[in-house]
Amino acid sequence: MTTESTSPIRPYGDTTGDGMVQLSFTLPMPHSKVADGSAVQLANKMGMDPALVVHSKPMGPDFTFFVVYGRVNHLVDPSQVTVVERDYPLLTPKEVNAAVKRSLRRRLTVVGACIGTDAHTVGIDAILNIKGFAGEKGLEYYRELKVVNLGAQVSVPELVERARTEKADAVLVSQVVTQRDAHLLNTREMSAAFRESYPSDKRPLLIVGGPRFDEKMAAELGVDRVFGRGTTPGEVASFIAHKLAAGKAA
Amino acid sequence: MPTPARTTKLDLDPATVKHARSLARKAGRPIVTMAKKHTTVAVERATLRLAGLGGADEEGTPWVNRLMDTVRADVGLEHGVSLPVWDALLRGEADDLTALAQKAAAGSVRFRLPEGRDAARARTASRRQVARGIKTVDKRRIERERLVKRHGDAPRQPWIYLIVATGDIYEDIPQAQQAAREGADVIAVIRSTGQSLLDFVPEGATREGYAGTYATQENFRLMRAALDQSSKELGRYVRLTNYASGLCMPEIAALAGLERLDMMLNDSMYGILFRDINPVRTFVDQRFSRQVHARAGIIINTGEDNYLTTADAVEAAHTVTTSQLLNEYFAKEAGLEDWQLGLGHAFEIDPAVPDSFRMELAHALLAREIFPKAPLKWMPPTRHMTGDVFKGNLLDGFFNLAGALTGQGILLVGMMTEAVVTPWISDRDIALQNVRYVMEAAGRLHEDFHPAPGGFIVSRANQVLAESIELLDRIVDTEHGRGLLDAIADGTFGLMKRPADAGRGLDGVAVKSSTYYNPATEILDAKEAL
Repeated sequence: MTTESTSPIRPYGDTTGDGMVQLSFTLPMPHSKVADGSAVQLANKMGMDPALVVHSKPMGPDFTFFVVYGRVNHLVDPSQVTVVERDYPLLTPKEVNAAVKRSLRRRLTVVGACIGTDAHTVGIDAILNIKGFAGEKGLEYYRELKVVNLGAQVSVPELVERARTEKADAVLVSQVVTQRDAHLLNTREMSAAFRESYPSDKRPLLIVGGPRFDEKMAAELGVDRVFGRGTTPGEVASFIAHKLAAGKAA
Repeated sequence: MPTPARTTKLDLDPATVKHARSLARKAGRPIVTMAKKHTTVAVERATLRLAGLGGADEEGTPWVNRLMDTVRADVGLEHGVSLPVWDALLRGEADDLTALAQKAAAGSVRFRLPEGRDAARARTASRRQVARGIKTVDKRRIERERLVKRHGDAPRQPWIYLIVATGDIYEDIPQAQQAAREGADVIAVIRSTGQSLLDFVPEGATREGYAGTYATQENFRLMRAALDQSSKELGRYVRLTNYASGLCMPEIAALAGLERLDMMLNDSMYGILFRDINPVRTFVDQRFSRQVHARAGIIINTGEDNYLTTADAVEAAHTVTTSQLLNEYFAKEAGLEDWQLGLGHAFEIDPAVPDSFRMELAHALLAREIFPKAPLKWMPPTRHMTGDVFKGNLLDGFFNLAGALTGQGILLVGMMTEAVVTPWISDRDIALQNVRYVMEAAGRLHEDFHPAPGGFIVSRANQVLAESIELLDRIVDTEHGRGLLDAIADGTFGLMKRPADAGRGLDGVAVKSSTYYNPATEILDAKEAL
């Protein structure tokens, strides 16, 4: 593992500090020298100077596509970047099982689904199915977790209903499709429905995940945690164990 | 679509392939028997649509739904809609179907099940009117054949299939025309998400959809007219695709036939597995819709690619073959011919798996050789498109190459921005450039491509076929349950568990009574010339 740099840096092309970046975009104008010049102007305005149009190509009579390489002068200061760091300990399946047993004295129920019209179950399956993801077994593998995977295209009322009948401790929702912000709209609808049908202290833990979520958006979306791309089953299981153990302690 | 002559490259044992087909038949036959014994609200509404009933009330509820619901409340669904409806017309309750539907909605007409001579007269009258709709479907088919002849067909195989999906039909039209100019042979208008779960077909031209555009008769008409214009301009017939799936599958098939759509997505099990639609409802609706497609000369596209978006593409390869065999059986039983079977499969193996491309070739070639005359539908990678657009573009290139090497019939153009954004204009341009390069550089490489006998590709293909036969064996093993319905309930396909007594749309299914009559099924079953 490398340690993260904390001093300001610039993009790297082939020499430290050269600030080189690449960019591609389309302008709604016919391919011409003026079009190329316009592309340079845009790149300049974006802070690329010098900017070199390395490729421009007409796309039909009214559009031109560009690839631009150039230098930016901006500095990036990693010490000023905020991200959601894991604020809970990563546990092994054994430790998760032990924590659940200790704090709940029963199995913990997890209900999972892809909500809305999203048919991509790849995310929820990676976390829940025993097959798992990235070499880690899914939540079905955990002895003390009871997993109910509702699969794809579950409506929000259906999810709430099943969460109630299963007495879910945690609800996992996966959203892959992001067209017109479907993932955000669906998540808000889901969290609102849970708030409406549960007293606040009885509400199950709400966890949402998908490749295009911003992990910082949990509060805004009304959920307890947002997991982004590359999340492993172990991280989710550890989070659930941590939250429920903490909840019991409080 | 003409298919180049080919010799077998995988050394498949013809007896084994024949055995696999006979198992699919064995698994499918009880389903067909079951389908024939049932009707659904959607089949009956499709019949009304073929009889010419369109339009909707002020709230947007189609008249076919209004009429169907009232008939059902008065006499039930089990006799079919035709006898009670045409009996009412003959009794002078209204002058035509629309007026009758309006009266039905207002509650000022009561339906009955006619008997004796009244029943015979209602039967004749309904048959005459529904036959007119089917005749229109026949005319549209002839019209297509004429236009293909006049403008010319797609210049090469595979046909290049591009998607538009703005939600607004008036935005879709210029996009589709531009896509055709850029080289698309087939335009698919993606439906608004969730339409498959609507138990009615929206009405009129629509300008608002959610990640897609509603399938309506008027939208079909508008887009087909626009592409007719493009066909003329480009000197080749540009085909139009939509989706006959979901709760209104039979109605959409009928509308597609009436408006000369050319291809329809129409899988035998997709709705069950991915939309949680009741299996019985799906199989009944599916049979009717396929009969309409057969009649209309529409090419169906099946949805096997979807299994690989939920299950592992290596482990589940044999479920694709199994489903293709089942789809073929159901399609042929419904009257579709080989050239109408766009059986689906996809390039979805994890590129990190060693020899992934060799396996893709084995799977694609297996489909090609089991179904030599079918225009296979080749679907691009989606599951392992990560947002790394550079790698995605490379993967799409390999997908295109596999398509060229294995003689695929319909190639859905892969986008390097899959899983990132809905395709930008530049994404589509780059994607088509990718296809063009591969087709021009290697389009006929299949002539030189002969996998080594007994080599990796040949053994992998034979292994998948063997696994597929094993699976079919388990499905038809009746000692362990009700065959295919139980296999679906157990999560055999796409890992989705769908029991036969659950799922959406079950309340729209009825066992046919002894007096059931449906003129559309009668004509379609008999493949009668009109």
